Amino acid sequence: MPAPAATAASPPGIAGWLADRVADLGELAIGWVASIGDVVLFALRTLGWIVARRQRREVLLPSFYQIGVMSLPVVALTGLFIGMVLAVQSYAQFKSLGLETRLGSVINLSLVRELGPVLAATMLAGRVGSAMAAELGTMRVTEQIDALESMGANPIYYLVVPRFLGCLVLIPSLTVMADFMGVLGGYLYSHLVLGIDYHHYWENSRAYVDAFDFLMGISKSFFFGAAIALVSCHHGFHCAPGAEGVGRAATNAFVHSFVLILVLDLFLGIGLNHLHDFIHPDGPRRLL
Amino acid sequence: MPAAATAPSSAADQAAPPLLQVDRLTVRFGPHEVLRDIAIDVAAGETLVILGESGCGKTVLLKSMIGLVRPSGGDVRFEGRSLGRLGDRQLAHLRTRYGFVFQGAALFDSASIADNIAFPLREHTRLSEAEIRPIVESLVDEVGLPRSALAKKPVEVSGGMRKRAGLARALALDPQLILYDEPTTGLDPIMSDVINELILRVRRRPGVTSVVVTHDMHTARKVADRIVMLYPVARLRQDEPQIVFDGTPDRLASSRDPRVRQFVEGRAGSRIDELREEQGLAAAGGRGDGDDTEDSR
Repeated sequence: MPAPAATAASPPGIAGWLADRVADLGELAIGWVASIGDVVLFALRTLGWIVARRQRREVLLPSFYQIGVMSLPVVALTGLFIGMVLAVQSYAQFKSLGLETRLGSVINLSLVRELGPVLAATMLAGRVGSAMAAELGTMRVTEQIDALESMGANPIYYLVVPRFLGCLVLIPSLTVMADFMGVLGGYLYSHLVLGIDYHHYWENSRAYVDAFDFLMGISKSFFFGAAIALVSCHHGFHCAPGAEGVGRAATNAFVHSFVLILVLDLFLGIGLNHLHDFIHPDGPRRLL
Repeated sequence: MPAAATAPSSAADQAAPPLLQVDRLTVRFGPHEVLRDIAIDVAAGETLVILGESGCGKTVLLKSMIGLVRPSGGDVRFEGRSLGRLGDRQLAHLRTRYGFVFQGAALFDSASIADNIAFPLREHTRLSEAEIRPIVESLVDEVGLPRSALAKKPVEVSGGMRKRAGLARALALDPQLILYDEPTTGLDPIMSDVINELILRVRRRPGVTSVVVTHDMHTARKVADRIVMLYPVARLRQDEPQIVFDGTPDRLASSRDPRVRQFVEGRAGSRIDELREEQGLAAAGGRGDGDDTEDSR
């Protein structure tokens, strides 16, 4: 690498220090661009293999089971509690305005638009994403990925595509589950604990939550699922040697997936709001 | 100029073009040069053993031979076709003519031994499960694995059984060139010799060429037609070739090169001092043999 030579050639004093810092920043920027390029190429190869060759049922089903079925309980449980927590936190504000019967609208709108998809994606990144990175990382470290290649098989086709399809196809179901359990939790707490009339609770929910809100959450979940699978598998494939490398790959897979989920959520939220305004030019519905 | 001379070839080698040619191969990982200007021709039907101490680049060389490691310079050719110029599909197809036995066997954890062995057959042939089953059983018999192991997962069997299962998987497509990476490492002396015997038996298959990477002198003496010895780049002078020996096992025994002799006789010599110097623990002015540079990995 040319770095040591550049350091040696730096002028002395403050100018040299500045030159070194600029060189460090440049190296960092090049590293970032190279990493992003690497992930993009990885994604393109994955998409290429989805189109190029059909997956075998016996390869897909175990992935789908791990990603979808095994994630349902934890997503359902967290969804239930988030719904209840929303009711707890919103009630005082709404009650002070005498609008506690509108609680259902804000809880359910928050759930189907934001919390349901983000929660399901976060749980998926934590439960499945890190496990995928650790599993693929271990396969890299123990030369199982090399073994696949040495036998003329493509590791992306065998290892990444089933996991990618599992995340992509099943995250909407997990989002629906998170939405449903959140709505249920919010209602149960509001009705049974806070004593809000169920008729007004559901009537207000129906008035302010429409199909677009629900579909907005579902459509975002596809992007989250794809991001989790690609980031996690990429970390697994490029795992550093040893137990430490596998551990770091699993941790980084979750952290990077989570950050990407939030960034995507912001930009998708902005874009889908514009789409909503385009479809409903009369402006947003007023909650209060 | 090529730093390493190619071995003096037998009459058979000269008549036929080599099956595999490693041509001025250089491999670097970041600033670390692992292989420098390696030139080796592997003749069809021969068993070549690549010897060398840990970290000298033997496994990297072996993986370069199948295109798992990309060269930083030079080329690897199989039957005259450069691996670097092949597309992904062509390279994948070419690899069906290779068998690779990994150091730790590299069996798929999630699959049974039977599924591991059947994998190349399912991937590259149109054989039905009913046709694959007897092939898997005959491979298992060939490497001396009990059939009861077929249903087990790799973690449920011993290291020796895993190695033999890895060999059975490598043989599944009847390969022309078999690459062995440290086949006896981590095994007891008896199981090591079982593996050596299996290598010899596989060699008797028609048209099989073998390349064995090892640091086990017993394996080298037992299976080799020809031995190439590598030396770590980091301990070479700029103009020295990385291949310090290329010849028959008999010639290896009579080599006068001190580096070869030290390895063959398994003597630490001044190496312990060199290692301490590299770690910055040795007293200033520590003595070396002229190779007292940093370690390779």
